Amino acid sequence: MDSTVANTGTEGKTWGGGNRPLKVSYGKMMMWFFIVSDALTFSGFLAAYGFSRFKFIKEWPIADEVFTHVPFLHGQELPMIYVAFMTFILIMSSVTMVLAVDAGHHMNKAKVTLYMFLTIIGGAIFVGSQAWEWATFIQGDYGAVQTKGGNILQFGEYVTEDGEEKFKRISIDEFAVSIPDARVEHERKNGLWFREEASLPPYTVNEIYTGLAANDNIRVRTQIINDEGEKTVLSRAESLKQIKDNGKLVVKGANLQVNEYGTSLFADFFFFITGFHGFHVFSGVVINIIIFFNVILGTYERRGSYEMVEKVGLYWHFVDLVWVFVFTFFYLV
Amino acid sequence: MAHEHKLEIFRGLVKFKSNTSKIWGVLVFLTIVTLIEVVLGIYKPDMLMHTWIDPFEGGFLATLGNILLSPFIYMKPLNFIFIVLTLVKAYYITWDFMHMRDETKALRRMVVWTGVFLICYLIFILLQEGGYVYEVYFTEDPLIKRDF
Repeated sequence: MDSTVANTGTEGKTWGGGNRPLKVSYGKMMMWFFIVSDALTFSGFLAAYGFSRFKFIKEWPIADEVFTHVPFLHGQELPMIYVAFMTFILIMSSVTMVLAVDAGHHMNKAKVTLYMFLTIIGGAIFVGSQAWEWATFIQGDYGAVQTKGGNILQFGEYVTEDGEEKFKRISIDEFAVSIPDARVEHERKNGLWFREEASLPPYTVNEIYTGLAANDNIRVRTQIINDEGEKTVLSRAESLKQIKDNGKLVVKGANLQVNEYGTSLFADFFFFITGFHGFHVFSGVVINIIIFFNVILGTYERRGSYEMVEKVGLYWHFVDLVWVFVFTFFYLV
Repeated sequence: MAHEHKLEIFRGLVKFKSNTSKIWGVLVFLTIVTLIEVVLGIYKPDMLMHTWIDPFEGGFLATLGNILLSPFIYMKPLNFIFIVLTLVKAYYITWDFMHMRDETKALRRMVVWTGVFLICYLIFILLQEGGYVYEVYFTEDPLIKRDF
C-alpha cells in the first residue's frame, strides 16, 4: 500500500522543507504582511489627501481654526489639546498591549488579563473621543455662506486684544436677521403630495445679507490664504458685494457635500480617513475583547503559548501607528 | 520558549534592564516627542513658519537642486520638523512595541523596505500631480474659473 514516496532524501538540507528562515510562526508573519498591505491602503488615502491639499494649497482650511473644541470647556478656543489627549490615550493603550504581550511571554495569566482589559478600555475611550470629535465637526460653530463657485465665505470682526488687532470669528446666529417670508421645510403634514426634502439651512442668504448690512463691524473672510499664512479678510464694501452677488447657500457644520470650514474635500477626507481609522480601532477593540475572553477562559494557558495575544497586539500597534500619521497630517501640518 | 529581547535603544546609548522597563522608557520618549509636537503646534514660532531657502532659479542644475532640496525649499521648517518627529515615533512604535527589533533581518526588510518604497513612490506621484493641478487652476490665465 505504500505507494507514495515518503522519503525524498532531502531531509535536513536547505531546500528539504521544514526550514523557518524568518524564525516566526506562519500566523505572525501573515499578520505582518497584512499590516504591510493595510499600511499601503492608509498611505493611499493620506497621499490622496495630500494630492487634494496640494491642489488647493492656497485655500485649504487651517486645522487650528477647525479643531478647537475640548469637552466641558465650551466656547474656549483650545486647538490641539483634545487631539493630543486622544493621541496619548492611544499610545498608552499601545503600552498596555505590549505589556500584555510581555506578560504572555512569562505565561502570567493574571497580568495578561489585566493589561488586555486596560487596552480595551483605552481603545473604547479613543473611539468615544473620535465620535465626539465627529459630532462637533458635523455640528459646526460659526456657520458660513457658500458661493456659486463653491467657495466658502466666513464672518468675523477686527477686535483689539492686548494691544494687538485680531480677526475674531462671529457666528451667523449673532447677526442674521430673521425674515418671516422665508420658505419653510416641506413636511408630510402640510401636503397631500409629499416628497421628502433635506432639512433647510438655518437662514437664507438674504437674511445673512440683511444682518451683515445692519452691522458695520462685520467683515467677510475668504478661503484664500495670504502671504502671512492667514485667510484673506475683505473690506466692508467688498464683503457686502460678495454676499449679494455670489452668495448661494448658508452652511452650518459639515457633511459630505458642503462644510463651513472651507473646500468640501476637506470634510470628505476628514470623514473618510478618520472614519476608516476609527473603524480599524473599533474592530481592534472587538478582536481584543475576543482574545481577552480567550485569555480568561485559559485557552492560551492550555495551548502553552500566548502568541495570539502577540498577533492581535501587532494589529493594535499598527492602528496606533496609523494614528500617529493621521495626527500629523490632519492636525499639525 | 525563551524570548530574547534587544534591550538597548538610541543605538546602544540607553540600555534597559528588562523588557518591561524598556517599554516604559519608550513610552516616556514618545510622550516627550508628542508634547514637543503639541507645543510647537500651539505656539508656532515665527522663525519656523517661513522657508529658509528660496527656490533656485536658472538652468537645469537649479531645477535639480530644487528637486533634491524640495523639503527645505518648499516646506515650512515647522512642517518638516513635524514629519521628521512623526517618522521618529513610527520607528519606535514599530521597533519596540511591535518588536521589529527582535525579528530577523529578512523579515524586517520584507516589511519595511516594501512599505517604504511603495509609499515614497505613491507620495511622490500624487503630490507632483497635485502641484501640477494647482498650477492649472491658479495661473494668470486659468483654464477653470473658481473665484466667484
